[in-house]
Amino acid sequence: MTNRTYSEINQRIEKGDVVVLTAEEVKVLAEKDGVETVAKEVDVVTTGTFGPMCSSGAFLNFGHPSPPIKMGKVWLNNVPAYAGVAAVDAYIGATEHSEIEDEYGGAHVIEDLVSGKKVDLKARARGTDCYPRRQVDATIDIDSINEAFLFNPRNAYQNYAAATNSTAKTIFTYMGMLLPNLSNVNYSTSGELSPLLCDPKMRTIGLGTKIFLGGTQGFVAWNGTQFHTTRPTNDHDIPMAPAATLALIGDLKQMCPEYLKAAVYERYGISLFVGVGVPIPILDEEIAKAVCIRDSQIETHLQDYGAEGRPSLGVYNYEQLKSGRIEVDGKEITTGSMSSMYKAREISNKLKDWVAKGMFKLTEPVQGLPSNTSLQGLKPKEGTQ
Amino acid sequence: MKAKFILNFKPDMVDKPLTYLLIKEYDIKINILRGIITPGKEGRLLIEMIADDDAIEKGLEFLRNENVEVIPLQKKISLREDECVHCGACISVCPSGALEMNRENWMLVFTPEQCVACGLCKSACPLRLFKLDFAE
Ligand code: SF4
Ligand code: SF4
Repeated sequence: MTNRTYSEINQRIEKGDVVVLTAEEVKVLAEKDGVETVAKEVDVVTTGTFGPMCSSGAFLNFGHPSPPIKMGKVWLNNVPAYAGVAAVDAYIGATEHSEIEDEYGGAHVIEDLVSGKKVDLKARARGTDCYPRRQVDATIDIDSINEAFLFNPRNAYQNYAAATNSTAKTIFTYMGMLLPNLSNVNYSTSGELSPLLCDPKMRTIGLGTKIFLGGTQGFVAWNGTQFHTTRPTNDHDIPMAPAATLALIGDLKQMCPEYLKAAVYERYGISLFVGVGVPIPILDEEIAKAVCIRDSQIETHLQDYGAEGRPSLGVYNYEQLKSGRIEVDGKEITTGSMSSMYKAREISNKLKDWVAKGMFKLTEPVQGLPSNTSLQGLKPKEGTQ
Repeated sequence: MKAKFILNFKPDMVDKPLTYLLIKEYDIKINILRGIITPGKEGRLLIEMIADDDAIEKGLEFLRNENVEVIPLQKKISLREDECVHCGACISVCPSGALEMNRENWMLVFTPEQCVACGLCKSACPLRLFKLDFAE
């Protein structure tokens, strides 16, 4: 049964009487008055996540010097950007390393740009009849360039495995430092606040869904890469392994460094913390029930990143992981997270505020996300290692 | 003088009133900052001694004679707290409990008194907010 439609919700946003709660607040209401009350009374629930998301980057258009140039190779603060697109367009990927500095990369260039800092641009070209110039060196900033938009192929992972290490030496991973002999565990999602865990069937999230991205509004552009919808689920429809993802797009010129932060993971590399928040319209009771999911109902595998094939050492829920300690093989292990609950909460509150103040209306997806997808591996040529 | 030391001692020492003796015989004020002592296993204490240099020297000599391994804490970690995003990546590597998450507001809590200056957090923080300095 439908409780409300997108246009009804938007009318209420316009009138200023929309009922909007964060994903944390709605669970408290559900526990007190039940899911039926949530379905009846709540229009919108806001989610949030702030984690390192390697698959991020930005398209930039620098404008033409005179005479013009068809940039073939581009560096921003000595970080290579991909220039194999039209003349003065380039894509700066978050994980690209500086050719000179150890702990500086594409994510830092993006953070510097949104912070309003000057960035050195170096471009080299072969020169053509229509684009005769063969090199240019310039100082740019976010206002001096034409377009700048964040375009992240894979963000907002729906669930992720927790990581530990059983070997005798420390390993350095994108899940942080994993100490020897099962001495620590790191996990990475905001659990019950996480967008794709609050609408696990993605009934309200699809192409064109307007979201919070990097401190401003952005959009779901496509399903994210490695989009996997056929993972085994638990009794609460939650996939127990990394599953759906989102490709996100938004105007870098409007974003702020509080919600886009460069990250350096020792002996692994560079990544970008991205702040993402998705508003979920409570269209019916099924969606109301989904957003009321608790950490204790969201489970994931603990994987041994030290062993080949990363075998699972057991299933844990986020209430256990967030408690600071879990028991593995009879041993108490300290847990830590990679993504910030503090920021995730801040994002869900900010988005709630925008909706409540009439600054943010909801969009119905133009098209749903794919179903029945799984992943393919990559087979190296025979005889190669 | 004020100084911090890590004391490692063998299982058979666990029952000896070491800190009591330090206080009584050597007139050293002792703050136990952290202790992991399990009967039958090796013990580990992080202590702060407050006394004049001479007394501390004698106290340390006493400990060494008792076969206690004494590691002076010469380094000090500092954190640029205002830039922290509270991700939590430093917490699980911290062996001393100096870094913990406040589970109400989900902010990092740093308790420098507990720190054993191992430096692991410095490598773990993706924002590079920790600095290891020599203590004064
Ligand atoms: S140096 Fe860092 S990790 Fe080591 S004890 Fe101190 S706070 Fe904890
Ligand atoms: S790792 Fe760095 S940013 Fe993250 S909580 Fe610790 S100090 Fe803060």
